[in-house]
Amino acid sequence: MHIVEVEKLNHLFKTLQSKGYTTIGPKVRDGAIGLDALQSAADLPQHYTDEQAPGSYTLHKNGHKAFFNFVVGPQSWKKFLYEPRTRLFSARKNGKSFEVIPDKNGEGKRYAFIGVRPCELQAIAIHDKVFHTGEYVDDRYQKIRDNIFLVAINCTNPGGNCFCVSVKSGPAATQGYDLVLTEVATDEKHHFLIESGSPAGEEILRDMPHRDATQDEIDCAKRMLDSAAKNMGKSLDVSNIGQKLNDNFEHAHWDDVAKRCLSCTNCTMVCPTCFCSTVEDVTDLTGEHAERWRRWDSCFTSDFTKIAGGNTRMSTRTRYRQWLMHKFAHWQEQFGTLGCVGCGRCITWCPAGIDITREAARITDTGVPITTLEG
Amino acid sequence: MEKENLVEILRQHPFLHQLPDDHMQLLVGCAMNVRFHDGERLVTEGQLANKFFLIRSGRVALEAEFSGRGNIRIQTVGAGEVLGWSWLISPFRWHFSGVAVTDVRAISLDGECLRNKCETDKGFGYEMLKRFATVMERRLDATRLQLFDIYGMTNIGVGS
Amino acid sequence: MSEGNLQTVATDAMIPHPVTVRKVIWENDDTFTLTLDVNGVPDGFSFLPGQFNMLYVYGVGEAAISISSDPTKKATLEHTIHRVGTITTALSNKKRGDVIGIRGPFGSSWPLDVAQGKDVCIVTGGIGLAPLRPVIYSLLKQREEYGRIIILYGGRSPLDLLYRVELERWEDEKNVEVLVTVDRGDSSWKGHIGVVTSLFSYIKLDTQNTVAYVCGPEIMMKYTIDELERRGLGPDQVFLSMERNMKCAVGFCGHCQYGPTFICKDGPVFPLPRIRSLFDRKEL
Repeated sequence: MHIVEVEKLNHLFKTLQSKGYTTIGPKVRDGAIGLDALQSAADLPQHYTDEQAPGSYTLHKNGHKAFFNFVVGPQSWKKFLYEPRTRLFSARKNGKSFEVIPDKNGEGKRYAFIGVRPCELQAIAIHDKVFHTGEYVDDRYQKIRDNIFLVAINCTNPGGNCFCVSVKSGPAATQGYDLVLTEVATDEKHHFLIESGSPAGEEILRDMPHRDATQDEIDCAKRMLDSAAKNMGKSLDVSNIGQKLNDNFEHAHWDDVAKRCLSCTNCTMVCPTCFCSTVEDVTDLTGEHAERWRRWDSCFTSDFTKIAGGNTRMSTRTRYRQWLMHKFAHWQEQFGTLGCVGCGRCITWCPAGIDITREAARITDTGVPITTLEG
Repeated sequence: MEKENLVEILRQHPFLHQLPDDHMQLLVGCAMNVRFHDGERLVTEGQLANKFFLIRSGRVALEAEFSGRGNIRIQTVGAGEVLGWSWLISPFRWHFSGVAVTDVRAISLDGECLRNKCETDKGFGYEMLKRFATVMERRLDATRLQLFDIYGMTNIGVGS
Repeated sequence: MSEGNLQTVATDAMIPHPVTVRKVIWENDDTFTLTLDVNGVPDGFSFLPGQFNMLYVYGVGEAAISISSDPTKKATLEHTIHRVGTITTALSNKKRGDVIGIRGPFGSSWPLDVAQGKDVCIVTGGIGLAPLRPVIYSLLKQREEYGRIIILYGGRSPLDLLYRVELERWEDEKNVEVLVTVDRGDSSWKGHIGVVTSLFSYIKLDTQNTVAYVCGPEIMMKYTIDELERRGLGPDQVFLSMERNMKCAVGFCGHCQYGPTFICKDGPVFPLPRIRSLFDRKEL
């Protein structure tokens, strides 16, 4: 365990940039914390704090000296690893035939993500299972993923919609990072505890001015993280949740959620693990050139499940159920992990303030499973 | 045909599977062995329904006449199956015509004869009703499925 | 068709490979069989019965279509396609010599090994016969490996039936029973009329020794499963092929999820026990 003094934080940016990385991190944007390319530590949202509640997000500049005194904003790192719009290929007409030109997506991209929350590390690990380590590997994801450097930041001040403790993804990062920071910003001191989690992280750390941490400093950071774990804005009992949801497939509460849900797809767009996509085929006016684009899609859209014979999910009720059951039940069978990392984004950015922890609890807390009668 | 032979044939028909002997004796008194040639009509829409058939071999098409559209065949009844229950339900008129589309061997059962026996022996009557209800239920189910016009509207087995 | 493209196909499942249309045969008013020339693919195109391809029409889009040809004939590929939407209509307009894109093969296959030494009962309706045709070819190629072959096939009307010439040819094979039924017949139709499940009345199943492959509209499969269960076939003797919306075919796009399964990579062919509990869940 080491200490990097606050005034040396910029060395992290410089060192990573010198290794060819584009440094990306949190940045104030449109009244919220976004994720963007950062030139230096000065671009970080120092002095900012966010306040989150169901359907509500406010950002304050309150003078607190910390650099990372906020939690996650509407954007997640998936926008870099798995871009909202990607061209899969171009095609050129050639008489009756055509020639396919694969896109060079992701080639030459070298991102260093700075300020990755533990829940987001978990989200990246989950996307790895979808795109990177399964039966099929997504070429585009792989090219970017294989060249990223991850600087995690532990959470000492969880937000109003956070529940990482419930799904065991935070508030302290345990794996999946190259470097992990814990910011300690009290009246007396302001420094970062830093630890490497990979040979690449070790190498960067070596090039940065740092000193060994004292036992007191280590204990102090640990106390802050222990306290954070007890201060989650939300919680959810996920024990046996897959089975409980399956038992309550026809629970009346699905109808209750459906009355409030606007099918706006916000939850799926802000969710760091949602990975659904669709494709669009386009041609230019001459027809000589065609392209195929992949873009994020949402299971809340009406044509998501459309097939020639009809639509297999006709209502908001069944679409919301699919989304929630995918996160907590099906995901476990598909990828051996929950599909939710407890970041709370879907709660914050739902215009109707639908709270996944509350809905899931309502549906799974019923003593007696409710099933439909045979029609 | 000898009565014993007829009983033997009746026993082999799935509709009468495990019918008690006394009921079989009641039934056989109303039964007659019949044959039809391809194209021959077994029953005619609108006419008095005074019998039903246990098909032993061959196939009978049920058809209805739609004015302007000719005859529409909506179902076939084949070996091991039953043709007709209008004999059981007032006003005892056929709702469809039954036309042999192959050579057909069947047992014909006299409706009036059976109705009288059902009235007299309620146990026998109930047994007959149960068996017909099963046939009706299965056929209603099948008709529902037919109504969906499933092949017309959908692409299936991965083929959109 | 350049070598470069072939290379790309091998490394990136998302990139279509151009192939030439050799033949278009109309099976009925709205269903056609597209024969594709895959001579350009090194060692031909290998697939297992039940697998599907993504067919791409330049600038229009892609559709998931099951392969309906003989797996041992690797120089050509056939897909029987129901013309229902934009892409399938664009495919239906293709002529000999036109080029379309292809990605595949994807998905699981009908497990022929479990049918070794056993009777095979194929229950299918409408275009569901298409993904089962490669099975029929395979079974007939190694006829001595299997017992009876029973094909129960339901169509909308006599004119809608697929592969009519082949159906007759199959019926002439030793130990093969082909029973065809239609929803509506006319006076010239001498065959069965009624739903495909009604055909079970006319066959004798050796229930302990039969493997069933089922493919058709979901509601038809549901009724078929009920019937097979009623007749005493164990769930592990039954396999079926499912369909859902698909965009990628490799488990990335999420569209084809059916409960915990991805139809594209876990299916489309499933052993019944794997999805039996999902079958009764409406709008899953």
